[in-house]
Amino acid sequence: MLPLLNWYDFDPIREFYEWVGDNTADEVVYVLAGIVGAVGIISFAGLGALANVWLERRIIGRMQVRRGPNRVGPFGLLQPVADAIKLIQKEVLQPRASDRALFNLPPILVFIPAMLTFSVFAWAPDLVYADLNVGVLFILAVSSVTSLAIFVAGWSSNNKYALLGAMRIIAMAISYEIPLVLALLAPVIFAGTMSLAGIVDFQREVDVWLAFLLPMSLFIYAIAATAELNRTPADIGEAESEIVAGFHTEYSGMKFGLFYAVELINSLAVSGIVASLFFGGYSLYGAEEYIPPWLIFVGKIYFFYFGLIWLRGTWPRLRIDQLMAFAWKMLIPMALINIIVAATEVLLWRELEWDNWVLAVFAVVNVVLMVVMFGFFFRLITRNFYRLPRRVRLVHDISVPSLPAPDPAASS
Amino acid sequence: MEDTAVVVAFYVLVVVTLGSALMVATVRDLIHAVLFLILSFVGVAGLYITLSADFVAVVQVLIYVGAISVLMLFAIMLTPRTGRDNASVPFAAPIGVLAGLVGAVIIFVAFKTEWAKADGGNSFETTAAEIGRALLDPFVIPFEVASVLLVVAMLGAILLVRPGSGGDAG
Repeated sequence: MLPLLNWYDFDPIREFYEWVGDNTADEVVYVLAGIVGAVGIISFAGLGALANVWLERRIIGRMQVRRGPNRVGPFGLLQPVADAIKLIQKEVLQPRASDRALFNLPPILVFIPAMLTFSVFAWAPDLVYADLNVGVLFILAVSSVTSLAIFVAGWSSNNKYALLGAMRIIAMAISYEIPLVLALLAPVIFAGTMSLAGIVDFQREVDVWLAFLLPMSLFIYAIAATAELNRTPADIGEAESEIVAGFHTEYSGMKFGLFYAVELINSLAVSGIVASLFFGGYSLYGAEEYIPPWLIFVGKIYFFYFGLIWLRGTWPRLRIDQLMAFAWKMLIPMALINIIVAATEVLLWRELEWDNWVLAVFAVVNVVLMVVMFGFFFRLITRNFYRLPRRVRLVHDISVPSLPAPDPAASS
Repeated sequence: MEDTAVVVAFYVLVVVTLGSALMVATVRDLIHAVLFLILSFVGVAGLYITLSADFVAVVQVLIYVGAISVLMLFAIMLTPRTGRDNASVPFAAPIGVLAGLVGAVIIFVAFKTEWAKADGGNSFETTAAEIGRALLDPFVIPFEVASVLLVVAMLGAILLVRPGSGGDAG
């Protein structure tokens, strides 16, 4: 890894660790660094959730030509605090017929993957909390626990709407997990390593961001992650006009607050993954010697989070069958073709030992391929869309007796 | 493996795994049993990590906890309510004795075998890359056969849910 030691590095903390390590054993430093890092990550995620509440409501309000919250503080800045106080002081309800042991588990269970995702990010050249060799796969594994927690939430509420919402969300989650995994495989093929710090180092070495080399991967990942987060346009599971509130119907007060906060924290985590894998992480073509890298990284995270808010504010909600058709018929074939193309390019690049300028050629080829495949698959799945299904399958065919002809002699 | 932290972690993970496995068999509600099974999967993933098999541990969580558990929960949801009692297992006592006997035989064989000791090196390459190479060089035929098996399974699933054929009465 390429080290950078500049004026903004956390030198006092480093000297403190060395002092502790000299006086006591090394394991104490390890545990201490673990605790300090965990507190840092949890504070970032928590404050991020707080700030995101305000950001979402204000920015979506602006996009919909209205002001967002502007009553509670100057520019509505204390709105998240007011929301938190409101949620805390609500009555804690638990349905009597609900599964007592299982009802309180999901708000906790859904919080864990959101926090674990932040632990593999590379905030600066030597500032990684857990530099796992299988970082990308670790993120995918812990995000698949979320669907389990949502199922337990829907099931233990003992409520048909909750169960239906949970089933929809799980169907969508496991359908979109496949293009998610396949789309994240292409940057791993290029970088040769699954650790996020390694992928950021690769992007620094070849001086090009993977977003320019693999635009289709970025696109597929952005869509699949939006569906995994249950954000509009894919929030069919929590749509208020459709199934009351989906799986968190029966959760009142701070339990619902936890679900909502976890959705925001997961949005930050997904933005962090996009920033690390596709847009260079903490690097900015050499500006990281003057600006603190973690500041660059946080800036990128909030830039892509703004992109997610933009999606939410402008697009309507898609139906569940539209979402499933999109995942299975369009995203999975595109992701597979993307992997084949990426693997071929990496093979040509590394085995024949071409110089790095072929990456520009690959980038152009990939963009052209993306446009072509989009057109092709779009035509393919929208061809039958305007034809209604041949048989309405939910209703038995009943024979309606025909009404007698209207009697012209009857008086009206 | 002599590090105290690793030994403590091993024992904690063993308690979690075996305890939740025991609860799977004894708890009253079937959904609770599946959730304890999920906990035992996570415990096994932790045991893989104590053996420095990071890729296998993460893939265990991804596949077992992420996909197979969802499958089992769906299957349980589709059974009628009367079939969901975990306590009404016929022949519970003979099966318990049989399971105990199998466990005793495994423990006896595990203690009796002369395991080859790895000579203390932490320096092997990244497991993911090694598994990748192994799948493509010595084990390429099982790899391809596994993909054929997956295609057959997917075809079977699609055939089962096609309207008109299969079990639809309409």
